[in-house]
Amino acid sequence: MKFMTKLSTVSALAMTVASGALAAGDMTVALQLEPPHLDPTSAAAGAIDSVLYANVFEGLTRFTSDGSIIPGLAKSWEISEDGLTYTFMLAEGVTFHDGTTMDAEDVKFSLDRARAEDSANAQKALYAGITSVDVVDPLTVKLTLAEPNGSMLFNLAWGDAVIVAPESIEGIKQQPVGTGAFKFGSWVQGDSITLEKNDAYWGTPAVLDNVTFKFISDPSAAFAAVMAEDVDVFSGYPAPENVPQFEADARFQVLIVDTEGETILSTNNKMPPFDNVMVRKAMSHAIDRQAIIDGAMFGLGTPIGTHFAPHHPDYVDLTAGSNYDPELAKKMLAEAGYADGFKTTLKLPPPSYARRGGEIIAAQLREVGIEAEISNLEWAQWLEQVFKGKDFGLTIVSHTEPMDIGIYARPDYYFQYDKPEFQALNTSLEAEADPAKRKELAVAMQKMIAEDAVNGYLFQLAVPTIAKAGVVGLWESAPTQATDMTAVHWKE
Amino acid sequence: MLRFVLKRLVSLWLSLVVASVVIFLFVEVVPGDPAAYMLGMNAQEDTLNALREQLGLNGSLLERYLSWVGGMLRGDFGTSYTYRTPVSEMIGERMWISLPLAVFALALSTLIAFPAGIWAASKRGSIADVSVMSLTQLGVAIPNFWFAMLMVLLFAVNLRWFSAGGFAGWDVGFLPAMKSLTLPAVALALPQASILARVMRSSLLDTLGEDYIRTARAKGLSRRQALWKHALRNALIPVLTIIGLQFSFLMAGAIIIENVFFLPGLGRLVFQSISARDLIVVESVVMLLVFAVILVNFLVDVAYALVDPRLRVRS
Repeated sequence: MKFMTKLSTVSALAMTVASGALAAGDMTVALQLEPPHLDPTSAAAGAIDSVLYANVFEGLTRFTSDGSIIPGLAKSWEISEDGLTYTFMLAEGVTFHDGTTMDAEDVKFSLDRARAEDSANAQKALYAGITSVDVVDPLTVKLTLAEPNGSMLFNLAWGDAVIVAPESIEGIKQQPVGTGAFKFGSWVQGDSITLEKNDAYWGTPAVLDNVTFKFISDPSAAFAAVMAEDVDVFSGYPAPENVPQFEADARFQVLIVDTEGETILSTNNKMPPFDNVMVRKAMSHAIDRQAIIDGAMFGLGTPIGTHFAPHHPDYVDLTAGSNYDPELAKKMLAEAGYADGFKTTLKLPPPSYARRGGEIIAAQLREVGIEAEISNLEWAQWLEQVFKGKDFGLTIVSHTEPMDIGIYARPDYYFQYDKPEFQALNTSLEAEADPAKRKELAVAMQKMIAEDAVNGYLFQLAVPTIAKAGVVGLWESAPTQATDMTAVHWKE
Repeated sequence: MLRFVLKRLVSLWLSLVVASVVIFLFVEVVPGDPAAYMLGMNAQEDTLNALREQLGLNGSLLERYLSWVGGMLRGDFGTSYTYRTPVSEMIGERMWISLPLAVFALALSTLIAFPAGIWAASKRGSIADVSVMSLTQLGVAIPNFWFAMLMVLLFAVNLRWFSAGGFAGWDVGFLPAMKSLTLPAVALALPQASILARVMRSSLLDTLGEDYIRTARAKGLSRRQALWKHALRNALIPVLTIIGLQFSFLMAGAIIIENVFFLPGLGRLVFQSISARDLIVVESVVMLLVFAVILVNFLVDVAYALVDPRLRVRS
């Protein structure tokens, strides 16, 4: 039996809290998008996690702001030698917000629900490898896997795997009942959601008494709300062009939050001429990443050369391999038989990184003779035409799921990269638990897709968070979509 | 009068039936699968099917139309795909923002336009007339969302008299709630007041040139008396038409203003629902707006008849 390191959530949080005097009180946090409903286990909407993850709902494991995984409701775990059995020891004395006890039965219920036949869980695939969830005793749960899975603890930290109770599942979409440091207060639909401090919390209690999430998507309304001090924090502020103004204003602090969003020029690898690796490589040299970051994101974002987050310890910087060199691009296009260039489509979803970035990329491609015809789509259309229908030449999208290089191992995934060598690497990575070997595999995978120039790798999406100067304890990077308020407080 | 009203009622119903078919078809042919939107990029086909089944999206077009219309007749607007709450409840909640906002804006625009229009007409060619005309020209020309942003910058960001947006809620009290509707209402009212004032003025000038006014003057009434006693009532017909049209504009125009002020009203609901492919909400809210417009037009028709007895006889 292998024993995993124990790290107490309680002490980790206590350290954050101990620095600086605490001031309780209320806080108003603005977000761009309102959750459609309040069940993180049955929708992909990141807005649900933005409000509820870590605040109201907790899983067996959880993410910290640097992306590492720490114990959540499971205080420790053991993994069998063959990597097929995970035994979780649950924290004691945990109760749901309705007063009922959280025990192994609830864990079984939650995980069985996520992987069930009729499950509406958006990340069902992550839990498909679990063959059974067994209750050993009220505080011990055993997970059995079909194959070893090095990412299981990571997958269990997602908002889609939080622990819910069978008795409150009926009303979860309107009245979420979790185990977190905050409990659900009220929801004025279209306007705000209020969370209240959970006085019966099993771990380190929250400092704030009430947190109100307000939903403001219009960039000028967002600006006005921050400037008028209607909101204390704006997480994911929609207009990067205003950032210098807030930086110069002593009333505010600006956090540039790294996200898990690899922003890429997705390329339809099955559609000619993109099925020719030479053409894709030529395109990668035609793109000036810094110009896109400066022009579309007002300087926010880190250039990437592959599909991996730069803040991840296993990341390798491969940007040099696809440096901006339009002359080389033209030469390569000519070698590939497209000396006069070609025409294609560039379908853009609504976010500004895509719409603004698209214009710049189209101009850069035109320089080397590629005519990309831009069409602007709404998300629902994008999902239908591009993602499902695979009817596109190029598109720009930010892949926000953490650690998602595995999508390149799915030949039917919308960009349709089909390479058995890569799929084999991915299978090994999924089964591997040893960090050093995992890193080796991850690096090999990053290099392979960069060499094949599967997609145009643009930048890691960063979003500004604007907060009043007195706010302490916000996440400085976002390994998952969340606004963890459990350790946030006012400076005295 | 009764026959007149009955005839109008029949045409009201016909319009509603036609509108419901058009709205349903338009919304249903828009590409985009609501289930795919909700489950995102990692969803599997069987998960999508399970959700479509839950939402009742697998029925035929006719089945879905009939169940939608049938439901509405019983006062059941269906259940929102995304929020999973009854649409009627959502509309009910948001109505308490949009309707007061529209009424508030309408009241403001009428209160500004009537005196301004009458004043300008009674002093035709004077400095007062010229300044009303040029101010209203400006009011028509300025886009209301831009004017709204300027007001936010001045009153919320600089002076801090108002908050930049959001709705305080009726449970906080009437005055705070009205206060959060004030800037949006002013922004909505400005162009409407300008149009209305111009219509009021020109309509009044037209009637002041009529023979019966000359007769009234000949009988010894002062210009002022003739205006108030005879001209004003006759000048009201076109003004009422405009007010009726404006009410619909206010309900619909609120979409932009509600976004500028992040007010959780009907306009914002439609806006969000369209992008989330929450078709049932879009259909029902648009239907409701159409109903409101048709109803207001009906009321305006009846009001014509009340103001002008000739219309009753003719019809």
